[in-house]
Amino acid sequence: MKRETKLTRRETLLKLIAGGGALSLSGCGLDARSLAALAVLGSAENLTRVVQRALLAPREALAREYRPEDISSYFRPNGSTAPDDPDYQDALAANFADWRLEVGGLVENPLKLSLADLRALPSRTQITRHDCVEGWSCIAQWRGARLASALAAARPKPEARFIAFFCADTLEQTLDGDGRYYETIDLVDAAHPQTILAYEMNGAPLPVEHGAPLRLRVERQLGYKMAKYVMRIEAIDSFAALGRGRGGFWEDRGYEWYAGI
Amino acid sequence: MTAAARALRPAQRIVLRHSALTRICHWINAIAFVALLMSGLQIFNAHPALNFGQTTDLAKPWLSLEPNGFPSWATLPEAQDLAAGRRWHFFFAWALALNGAVYLGDLILRGGFRRLWPSARDLSEIPRAIVDHARLRFPKGDAALSYNVLQKLAYLAAIAAFPVLVLAGLAMSPAMDAAFPWLVDLFGGRQSARAVHFLIASFLVAFVAVHLAMVVLSGPVNNVLSMVTGRYRIEEDDHEA
Repeated sequence: MKRETKLTRRETLLKLIAGGGALSLSGCGLDARSLAALAVLGSAENLTRVVQRALLAPREALAREYRPEDISSYFRPNGSTAPDDPDYQDALAANFADWRLEVGGLVENPLKLSLADLRALPSRTQITRHDCVEGWSCIAQWRGARLASALAAARPKPEARFIAFFCADTLEQTLDGDGRYYETIDLVDAAHPQTILAYEMNGAPLPVEHGAPLRLRVERQLGYKMAKYVMRIEAIDSFAALGRGRGGFWEDRGYEWYAGI
Repeated sequence: MTAAARALRPAQRIVLRHSALTRICHWINAIAFVALLMSGLQIFNAHPALNFGQTTDLAKPWLSLEPNGFPSWATLPEAQDLAAGRRWHFFFAWALALNGAVYLGDLILRGGFRRLWPSARDLSEIPRAIVDHARLRFPKGDAALSYNVLQKLAYLAAIAAFPVLVLAGLAMSPAMDAAFPWLVDLFGGRQSARAVHFLIASFLVAFVAVHLAMVVLSGPVNNVLSMVTGRYRIEEDDHEA
């Protein structure tokens, strides 16, 4: 993905060949990837979020649900597909028998939930389309505990504004260790009936490449919001102190926090 | 200049061809279109294949430019960077949509469609208009005051293409699909909407190519100035003079 430095000379040449005076932004002294430019352009994200939320709110709109025959025969796994983190490997070897989902942060009643506990919570089964930020889509059936039910049992404090999901997979090896996957959503999506902690996919226990034992489904946003290998959930009042402060692994690498489009 | 020289020079008159609003909308649209096209190719390159239906058929794409997609000089930014490409795309998508709404509203309210809608007589003149264009014979005098039938059809098609392009873009949004389920049905699926979005963008690239060629061939300075100042110079037909 990072081939820009190697290409600089060739890019310059191609720019000249393209006669790209008009099209070449760097030729006008404007860097298309400068932080200032991206910050200005990023203001559109807030506009998109406010407008889409306004369109969705009056109807409490559900994402489209499909028929069993629409389920994709092959569902492309993305991101981590086999976390090699030792704790995860140990839990997987034990078939997650001793695994517990921690629910903590700004809650009155911190919880440790086994898979059996999660299965005992009110569940939802839904056949939905998964839209990757890269552009492709696949359909699968998901079954899981409603996030709202799990949170209700933990009793979030009034100051909680976001829900953070901390995962087992290290997607990027970094010196400061912030390559661990995490995500955050706000309380609007956390309360949505289709927002579930999925432990089944297409009627079988969630496969490793799709996030075993537990992944998040946030059906009205893009795939990178739907954290896999969820180990710990926290109610938080701000995500500024997490990772690089943008609210998620991919958000820290330039992607929008609100991924409704 | 002597009186004789003035008489030899073809007669000219200046007409106000484009309103200030039309000119402003045109240039905002031009800038937004270039940014959207190049950032759109950046986004396409993250999955450089198309197919129809709701979901992606990875094994049998309808069109594939895998593995590399479009060359980096055509994308914005030049380096492969989907996140930055999306920032550019959605910022200018808002600019294009709001600007387009103002332009369309103005066109409807001020009866602009009447000037663009071809009459039966216009349609009967299509063959002649094609021959005239092929010979690079452009209208003079009063004929230059109104659009010829090929211009009318091309501009109408381009004006109609933009709303479909925007709707197809919105149909790819999971949030918009939840709010308006009919949106994705309109295109027969999310991947169909992605393909339609790409094909309409391709049509608009072809439109812009022909548009620019015609601007250059039929008097580039006069044409560009008329879209900047609004004033268009018309050379009188010899027969009328």
